Amino acid sequence: MIVADRKPFDDIKAMLEGFEKILIVGCGECVSVCMVGGEKEVEILASQLRMAAGKEGKKIEIGEITLERQCDREYLELLKDRINNYDVVVSMACGAGVQFLAEMYDHKIVLPATNTRFIGVTEGEGVWAERCRACSDCVLAETGGICPVTICAKGLLNGPCGGTNDGKCEVDKNKDCAWTLIYNRLDKLGRLDSIREIFPAKRYSVQTRPGRRIHEAFKEKE
Amino acid sequence: MAKSFKEALESGKFVITAEVGPPKGVDIEEMKHHIELLKDKVDGLNVTDNQSSVMRISTLPVCRLIQEAGGEPILQMTCRDKNRIALQAELLGAYILGIKNVLCLTGDYVTVGDHVDAKPVFDLDSVLLLKAISGLEQGKDFAGNELKGSPAFCKGAIVTPEANPIEPQLIKFEKKIKAGAEFIQTQAIYDLDNFKKFMKYARKFDVKIMAGIVLLVSAGMARYMNANVPGIFVPKDLIDEMAGAEKGKALEKGIEIAGRMIKTLKDEKICDGVHIMAIGKEGKVPDILAAAGLI
Repeated sequence: MIVADRKPFDDIKAMLEGFEKILIVGCGECVSVCMVGGEKEVEILASQLRMAAGKEGKKIEIGEITLERQCDREYLELLKDRINNYDVVVSMACGAGVQFLAEMYDHKIVLPATNTRFIGVTEGEGVWAERCRACSDCVLAETGGICPVTICAKGLLNGPCGGTNDGKCEVDKNKDCAWTLIYNRLDKLGRLDSIREIFPAKRYSVQTRPGRRIHEAFKEKE
Repeated sequence: MAKSFKEALESGKFVITAEVGPPKGVDIEEMKHHIELLKDKVDGLNVTDNQSSVMRISTLPVCRLIQEAGGEPILQMTCRDKNRIALQAELLGAYILGIKNVLCLTGDYVTVGDHVDAKPVFDLDSVLLLKAISGLEQGKDFAGNELKGSPAFCKGAIVTPEANPIEPQLIKFEKKIKAGAEFIQTQAIYDLDNFKKFMKYARKFDVKIMAGIVLLVSAGMARYMNANVPGIFVPKDLIDEMAGAEKGKALEKGIEIAGRMIKTLKDEKICDGVHIMAIGKEGKVPDILAAAGLI
């Protein structure tokens, strides 16, 4: 899933300076799971804004809605009737959701309430960790299911750098060295041969940015 | 030095290199002094590439200065700041200036340096950089395009004999040799027994090994490196020896230890040479060489 952080309240408050009618739009997918932009978090942000406005004697009107998700037009369409009652929309989705919302309602000011961080997994309660850089050229078959592009700070494809120390990374002593993990996993699987050959350089040409994919069955329609 | 670094390596003599660290800023008087002091006493002078990710004068112009002064420069090249286009362009540029020795490194991560918000590149790694150079030598760039005239370099890389775990390091070491490395400098070594074990393994390969010698300036420095510098291990007896130095004589003790180690490495033919890193004390390199009986 996509993992995000909520922006600090002061940043959100500063972005909204001068706006009186604010619609906060949550997203029921990833950001809801990582407790940043779901229904509950929409409620919290709305309360914070109301309290801050109350303290300063300002009059604001806040609308709250949480969509199934913000990365599909059919859900964003549900805002159609409501959105014009507001001066500004605050999206609590990931960056993709914020942009899709802004694209669909391009006459509205749409502001982000989150900082999108990474594609990751739930390691434990309240703990998420990055696992994929979406590089479009997956190497996991050779590296024992551990991604050096993501887990190695330098994204090295041919083994550890000189900064590896007792299985940890030079960038952060609390982080594992990807290449120690890869070595240990492949050793356990009896597949060390898969990293003995020189791994070719990453093909950045396959990472067309921005990425776009059309399903075969829909190519004609496009 | 009359001989090129490559000729020195191939001659079978015990090769000695030292390091020149370009300064941050354009006052190069001290660096020029070090170049002058060292150029005729060593077989090559490594020029570091924004060492420790701290922005400084770039390597190529400093290599050129060494060459103009009559020394033999070794261009250090990291993968941190340049993509494959910039790396190859720099290599071709180095060659036309007559700079033919390259040491390939991954490079420290940007956050250990002084521009923590810089974009880290790492388009290639040290193995792939060696492969890129080998390709240029064969008349092709990294994308397979023909070159109009191809260069020839003496290519080197790094290994860390004290890395833990060592196995992934050795797999990479072998890849570096496959990719064309002709010489390998090691990270600083202090434990000669462990280094001998590494050399027993390394001798299976057709590559020259130069032991990394970092000058100890105090017992505190040794303890600091043990705690903080990846791949460096100073054994307790050396720390005790440093700690036991007379007050104000720690640096001399460090020079004595470095000299002694170099002498042992040479006399016992443990490796093919040494690379001396007298970080911040480049002026002391001649004293180390004298302590080793080399000048």
